[in-house]
Amino acid sequence: MLKTFSKGGIHPPDNKLSAEKAIEVLPPPEMVSIPISQHIGAPAKVVVKKNDKVKVGQIIAESGGFVSANIHSSVSGTVLKIEETFDASGYKRMSVTIKVEGDEWLETIDRKPEIIQECLLSAEEIIAKITTAGIVGLGGATFPTQVKLMVPRGMTAEVLVINGVECEPYLTADDRLMLEKGEEILVGVSILMKALNVNKAIVGIENNKLLAIANMEKLAKKFQGISIQPLKVSYPQGGEKQLIKACINREVPSGGLPISVGSVVQNVGTAFAVYEAVQKNKPLFERVVTVTGKSVKKPANFLARIGTPLTNLIEAAGGLPDDTGKIVSGGPMMGKALKNAEVPMTKGTSGVLILPTEEAKRKTVQECIRCAKCVSACPMGLEPYLMMPLSERKIFDKLEKERVMDCIECGSCSYTCPSNRPLLDYIRLGKASVGAIMRSRKK
Amino acid sequence: MTDIVIYTIITISTIGVIAAVILYFVAQKFQVIEDPRIDLVEEALPSANCGGCGFPGCRPFAEACVKAENLDNLFCPVGGNDVMASVGKILGKEVLAVDSKVAVVRCSGAPQFRKNTSIFDSPQGATLSCAMEHALYGGHTDCTYGCLGGGDCVAVCNFDAIHINPITQLPEVIDEKCTACNACVVACPKDIIELRTRNKKDRKIFVSCVNMDKGVSAKKACDVACIACNKCFKVCPYNAITISNNLAFIDADACKLCRKCVSECPTNAILEIGFPERKIKVETEKKETEINLVEMSKKNKENE
Ligand code: SF4
Ligand code: SF4
Ligand code: SF4
Ligand code: SF4
Repeated sequence: MLKTFSKGGIHPPDNKLSAEKAIEVLPPPEMVSIPISQHIGAPAKVVVKKNDKVKVGQIIAESGGFVSANIHSSVSGTVLKIEETFDASGYKRMSVTIKVEGDEWLETIDRKPEIIQECLLSAEEIIAKITTAGIVGLGGATFPTQVKLMVPRGMTAEVLVINGVECEPYLTADDRLMLEKGEEILVGVSILMKALNVNKAIVGIENNKLLAIANMEKLAKKFQGISIQPLKVSYPQGGEKQLIKACINREVPSGGLPISVGSVVQNVGTAFAVYEAVQKNKPLFERVVTVTGKSVKKPANFLARIGTPLTNLIEAAGGLPDDTGKIVSGGPMMGKALKNAEVPMTKGTSGVLILPTEEAKRKTVQECIRCAKCVSACPMGLEPYLMMPLSERKIFDKLEKERVMDCIECGSCSYTCPSNRPLLDYIRLGKASVGAIMRSRKK
Repeated sequence: MTDIVIYTIITISTIGVIAAVILYFVAQKFQVIEDPRIDLVEEALPSANCGGCGFPGCRPFAEACVKAENLDNLFCPVGGNDVMASVGKILGKEVLAVDSKVAVVRCSGAPQFRKNTSIFDSPQGATLSCAMEHALYGGHTDCTYGCLGGGDCVAVCNFDAIHINPITQLPEVIDEKCTACNACVVACPKDIIELRTRNKKDRKIFVSCVNMDKGVSAKKACDVACIACNKCFKVCPYNAITISNNLAFIDADACKLCRKCVSECPTNAILEIGFPERKIKVETEKKETEINLVEMSKKNKENE
């Protein structure tokens, strides 16, 4: 019996159309526009001016606080403008537009393909390097990595849990990375273990990625303390709390962080970026993105520069299909439908999914038939059918008692509901209001 | 047989009497003496239970009035000054007259001025359409500040005072019905609706725009956006206009309704409502001034 998390979970169709497509390096586009807020936390502060010449890997915006991250240029060229443009959030955000000239990398970056296994740096030095490189959680949450590595006083980390589940349907970026860059990932994991001072790491991989599991298991033999844990397929196994439950059978309490049960979770993509930053001095300016969809001509996995317009990625995958209904940044479950495809890809863009019109439309909403399917689907043990009307009627005290703040916005409830009720839409609104009430109470 | 009936009647009556006695003493012991003035005040209030006063309903507001030392921070917008005066009389407390207000929708971005650049797939039958759209992205036009047209404000109005105009797809307030209860102001996720001081003839002059982007970007998203060109600010003889965050704002208390700014605005962002028709000359002139930004900045330079 394979392990998985205990509460709820759903099984949407896999649709991993691009699983067999090797990672393709996408050449830099003619122009990139790099937003200075690509992470959770304070936006970075721009340190370049208009008409400045920049090289690949050069810092263009400095971290703007404790929870923030450096931003680097992903291309070489001239800064054209620094102004607000639309990003994937559908709002205008400050971003640095650079006209690409050649492809000149900073000399400090080691571009040789050899894998460097040995890392003699201390934990502090590792964390400093990760901070400089502007690494954030690449699973989609984009939480600055260095903050997660600084264990709060009074708590100790025991296990590092590595997220290789990629439970979102369609996406295959992590899968391909584990197949092609397995060894680098594992070096990254051992560096992270050193930074956290733990001697045990578990890489959780869902067993719909048999090749990746086999490859990682073979490679992991050479690394001390790292084990591979195949997991039963279930969405949302990539959620931190779900993954911890599945891999080490511990339950993170309501409102608590993974560290409260002695664990830290990092994504395989993040581990790879850590490897590149620490061993190769390469800041985070490119990542693997899956471009996919049933009507897309050539679903693919691209290694693309941050700031590349999504239109370029879609072009490279065979162009925008005629029946496009929605363009989603991320996967179908937690991704965000975009206003247009001109927005740039960022550190958090794990995929671009193109949904045909008939799949993209919401279905007719009907009354709740009290089937409790949403209750059994919810991985956090909540009662979505009850939270929706509470949020609609603004009964926030009851909503708080229903633990609305525990909702991880995985969308399992809305997905299973046979009446197509917009459960998560309302829960999200309620969560925002309850969050604001709780914050004002603390003051 | 009759015995059973009689015994039953006797037992039940005895239990009844005993319960009544107990209840009498309990009631004596736990009697809550309520200030009779609360009832009086409640009667004086409009019983709209709309929450515009900031309390859950009319009775809690009445309780607060009775308890409070003075009535300075308590106001029933629905009843207005008259009702507050009678509440003051009942309680023997002084009441300061408050200017009566009315809701004003500060967005003129009808579809012909502001193109839809995406479609929001609103769940059918949702009561909180604007809030939902706002939670997901900036909105279905390129103006991330403007009205979403979903009618959350309409849904909360207890007085049938605000409706979406099907042509402009924007909400419109019926001044006579609006009680300035603030419900729509709170409901609007974009903070578009403002309560402005009323005047005798319900005349209003206001900047009908909340876009805080730079002029070029605002104008690109919407033809009737305020571009913060400063023209209205310069022309206003009463210093009623301030410009901050790339947006002009007219202070209703300082504005003397001279309408000078209205004809000055190159994008028609300033609205005048409730005035008699202007002389035709000005009207046509205004409609024909399709000034684009390039021309405008050129003219500005020439002037300097
Ligand atoms: S979206 Fe929230 S309520 Fe719905 S299933 Fe996921 S965690 Fe539960
Ligand atoms: S229009 Fe707004 S302020 Fe006026 S009565 Fe209706 S909800 Fe209240
Ligand atoms: S004014 Fe606000 S609440 Fe009313 S329709 Fe517009 S966005 Fe929605
Ligand atoms: S004149 Fe019009 S556009 Fe210019 S600042 Fe005033 S309101 Fe805005």
